[in-house]
Amino acid sequence: MLLGRVVGRVWSTVKDQALEGQRLLIVQPLTPELKATGKPLVCADSAGAGSGELVYYCRGREAGYAFLPREVPSDSTIVGIIDELHVKRGAPC
Amino acid sequence: MLIARVIGEVVATQKHPSHEARKVLLVQPLDLDGSEKADALVALDAVGAGVGDKVLVTTDGYAAFTSVGRSSSPIDMAVIGVIDRVDLPGA
Repeated sequence: MLLGRVVGRVWSTVKDQALEGQRLLIVQPLTPELKATGKPLVCADSAGAGSGELVYYCRGREAGYAFLPREVPSDSTIVGIIDELHVKRGAPC
Repeated sequence: MLIARVIGEVVATQKHPSHEARKVLLVQPLDLDGSEKADALVALDAVGAGVGDKVLVTTDGYAAFTSVGRSSSPIDMAVIGVIDRVDLPGA
C-alpha cells in the first residue's frame, strides 16, 4: 500500500454498473514526511475517506477485493484513514 | 521481494476489516549498498517486525494477503521476513 492525501473527487454518471454508488477520490501520493511525490491518481474508497484526509491505498488486482462479495473494477482503493504516522528514519540496523 | 527498513508505523482506526489486528508498517526500500531507493511503502506485518529492522517485503498481492492469513483481501504488500544478514560475495 502507499500513503496519500485526498485532494479531490471525481463525478461520473456513465460508468461500469459495478461502480454505481462508488466514491471516486483523487489522491496525491505522499512521502512519510508528507511531501507530494509522483502524480495524483483516482482511487475508489472503501474506508469512508473525505477531502484532505491522510489515507493509505492498495493498488492492483487486490484493490478490487476491498468490496467483496461485490466485484468492483478498481485498481486503486483507499483501505484506511490514517490517524497518526510515527516515522523514525535512520534507526540503527 | 525487496529489502527494506522499517521506518515507522501507521495508526488507522478506520480501515478495511482485513487489516485489523495487524501492524501497519512504513517501510523504506533499500539498495544493496543500504541507500534508500524509491518511495516508502505501507505494508502489513506478517512476522512481528519493528521499527529499525531490515526486512523482506513482498509487493505481490497474493503473497502478501496469504502471508498475513487474510485471503482475497485488499493487501498488496507485506513484511514477510526479518533480515539478519545479506552476503554479497564479490561485491
